[in-house]
Amino acid sequence: MSVGKHGMVFSEPLLFELKGGGKSGMDLPELDLPLIDAAELLPAEFLREAAELPELSEPEVVRHFTRLSQWNYSVDGGFYPLGSCTMKYNPKVNEVAASIEGFANGHPYAPYGCNQGIKRLLFEFEQDLAEISGMDAVSLHPAAGSHGELTGMMLIRAYHLDRGDLKRTKVLIPDSAHGTNPSSASVCHLESVELPSGPDGLIDMEALDRLMDENVAGIMLTNPNTCGLFETNIERVCQLVHERGGLVYLDGANMNAMVGVTRPGDMGADVLHFNTHKTFSTPHGGGGPGAGPIGVKSLLEPYLPRPVLFEKDGRIEMDFDRPKSIGKVRSFYGSTGVLIRAWTYIKTLGAEGLREMTLWAVTNANYLKARLAGDFHLPFDSQHCMHEVLLTDKFQQERHVSTMDLAKGLIEAGFHPPTVYFPLVVSGALLIEPTETESKETLDHFADALLELSKKSHEELAELPKMPPVGRVDEVLANRKPILRWQPES
Amino acid sequence: MRYFPNDPQTRQEMLQRIGVSRPEDLFAAIPANLQLTSLLNISAPRSEYALLKELKAKAASYPSELPSFLGAGVYRRFIPSAIAPIVSRAEFLTAYTPYQPEVSQGTLQAMFEFQTMLSLLTGMEVANASMYEGASATAEAVMMAKRVYAKGSKVLVSAGLHPEYLETLRTYLSFGDLELVLIPLQANGQTDLEALKAQLDETALCSVLQRVNFYGVIEDASAHAALLEGFKALNIEVLPEMTALGLLKTPGELGVDIFVGEGQSLGLPVSYGGPNLGVFACKAEFMRKMPGRLSGMTEDSRGERAFCLTLSTREQHIRREKATSNICSNQALMALWVTIYLSLLGKSGLRQLAQTNLTLADYARQQMGAAGLKLRYSGAVYNEFVLELPCNAGLWVDKIQHEGLLAGVNLNRFNAEDESGLLLSFTELNSKQEIDLLVSKLKELL
Repeated sequence: MSVGKHGMVFSEPLLFELKGGGKSGMDLPELDLPLIDAAELLPAEFLREAAELPELSEPEVVRHFTRLSQWNYSVDGGFYPLGSCTMKYNPKVNEVAASIEGFANGHPYAPYGCNQGIKRLLFEFEQDLAEISGMDAVSLHPAAGSHGELTGMMLIRAYHLDRGDLKRTKVLIPDSAHGTNPSSASVCHLESVELPSGPDGLIDMEALDRLMDENVAGIMLTNPNTCGLFETNIERVCQLVHERGGLVYLDGANMNAMVGVTRPGDMGADVLHFNTHKTFSTPHGGGGPGAGPIGVKSLLEPYLPRPVLFEKDGRIEMDFDRPKSIGKVRSFYGSTGVLIRAWTYIKTLGAEGLREMTLWAVTNANYLKARLAGDFHLPFDSQHCMHEVLLTDKFQQERHVSTMDLAKGLIEAGFHPPTVYFPLVVSGALLIEPTETESKETLDHFADALLELSKKSHEELAELPKMPPVGRVDEVLANRKPILRWQPES
Repeated sequence: MRYFPNDPQTRQEMLQRIGVSRPEDLFAAIPANLQLTSLLNISAPRSEYALLKELKAKAASYPSELPSFLGAGVYRRFIPSAIAPIVSRAEFLTAYTPYQPEVSQGTLQAMFEFQTMLSLLTGMEVANASMYEGASATAEAVMMAKRVYAKGSKVLVSAGLHPEYLETLRTYLSFGDLELVLIPLQANGQTDLEALKAQLDETALCSVLQRVNFYGVIEDASAHAALLEGFKALNIEVLPEMTALGLLKTPGELGVDIFVGEGQSLGLPVSYGGPNLGVFACKAEFMRKMPGRLSGMTEDSRGERAFCLTLSTREQHIRREKATSNICSNQALMALWVTIYLSLLGKSGLRQLAQTNLTLADYARQQMGAAGLKLRYSGAVYNEFVLELPCNAGLWVDKIQHEGLLAGVNLNRFNAEDESGLLLSFTELNSKQEIDLLVSKLKELL
């Protein structure tokens, strides 16, 4: 059924199109009791016909998914310079750590003492994150970065409401922010007000002064911002927001430019989230699972999700008695398996290694900037870039070559494209984040490829990619006629 | 630093090309007073050997070898050996969200297969590519109901909903103006549908019912659906233990509008409760109001079948403030895990698995009843039920742990007034022998 297509990449039908029937790929444990038919115990109107799941043997299932995997680009397989995504190497030891039996089996409701080891690990991880960020307390509950944003905004709202300050229903968000910021604010019923960037790509202090009033709950900013720039006025920004009664949320997506070098807490941030799958090397997994721990200053600590870990008589306990807590934001205590990986990463690098990580991430980005400057438009060049560099297609557009053409050309050349058309503050953005785990050789290969592509014509590039097993995918058709599941032929 | 590939000489070459002498010079834009002058107060770098040793020591506090009757929203499953090696393939593990479909067809096809698998399992028309976990997905379902029925304001929630899901829902609702009304349980453990009926009017936004409820009792979902007929209120079903769908009528057949499940129950490791997997499905008519990622089938430039992320105008990339939800990532790897699990289990395996769970719980109920122990509720159950202990359940559970059993979840965790309730869970990892041991320990209380 499956036919070799391009070299060693094989086309693979849908799971449901494989020939099944009468097979199973799994043995259940032996049952030392006679199996009862459900019809004997439950009313007939409760029961269903058997679900039409595939009926395949173990080798068929394994081959199917192995073949699917071959259609993916991955960090282990190649350079993945997605800006603001921090696609660094995901160490193998982290995977081993999370799968250790007592962690993988640990039940969150097990009796007292059973989970002391994992609680200790989580407590240590909280302390390390507090130290890294300069915050006073950390909660590991949020399930992903955007969930951390939402939780953080809830804390800010809870803070104002608790003080009886009911009119603060707006939040200032720079136009270069990640798209999740405004939507996280709106989910907790805050209205977002766009804060325009200045001509230098940084927060416009005059605009901030104009917009920051007694109806604003706070500001949600990203530092370094998504233009790859450090917000040099960050202290003044925080000071102004604080003076007028607002709080500062810092989107920690770009922590990979700061760890061991500078700390958001020292800048004046009141709450921030971490993306463990960015800064702390946990795998992206094709879109998750992530983890989005949050750090807060002491003024927000009473509102943190319950329960909170604390140490007492040499043991780690959970405090549920938190009268001002916003409550829970998810079941159980966080994406523990992900947090174990991140703990392992921090402990592997240690203080010296974490600083080196940042120095290398920023060095690699500036090296690419040096290689590409001149041939590519640098919209903001007032400072060295941080861990990512923002280019645009301005020069190439003179020959009608777009960022999209370059992205598809990079795929042809064997690279994952950078983040494209984001941030929205410039036209034709190419946001390149190499991370610290790439060698100079790889960076040179990538720069050479991009420079070569930038000299091609639109017509030459429009046909790319040719080499991948699929051509350009028609996303418009997918939107117009959504097919979201396989249907049996009737 | 084994993760950094450039040697000192290469670093100098790179810095020279950049035009600085030290990497620290690259941070000149950061005001000097904000730059750290010493190392963070974090331990020194440690070897892989030392760390694994410490991790194993930490993990050892959990008594993995003991027979366990712990469930209550996270279930112990036999996990076939074939799953982990596939999921840990770097092509799945270390890929990003599939925004570039030409180099992400593996993830996209697997997501499409997950959506299909969950549609088949639940009988719902559309399932998304997953949410974080069950509790926040329940809150997302209620927020989606508001997008469907804008006039609704009253959220009717069965008291049989998992207490942590309820608390999460309360958190999400606490910043808006929706009102949460709790519908009590009857003496048999089922939701009091008369009480629900009394609340139904045009302001009712939705009714949230956990079908196999937190206390293990199977709700009369047909009667629940019938009650909602004629009202605009959406029927939201929640199901943390999804293997029950190996036997129970599907939410699709029951007319459910939005279904939320906890996919951990479909073969994921317990892992202290996370990462888990939110399952989210709805009627096709509500598709564009649904949160979360979707993989859609389309064509490539060569006219061949291909997949891509779709309906993303619902998400944050385009109309930022108008996004219907802030959900960005999904639980792609957990969804892949569950897709493989269900593929291996197959049609007959799922049914057999569910019957095995049912059989073990029924045996336990019979034995405990015969021994004179008191069951809190009389309603039909799947694989969990509540026992009324003649003593403090928390103290007993701690004591029995030292005698070699993880004897269930003490309900005092969730309700300070409940001192005697013990929630017991039975899965294919239990045996008659283990249950006999549990019953013998319980008999000592009588």
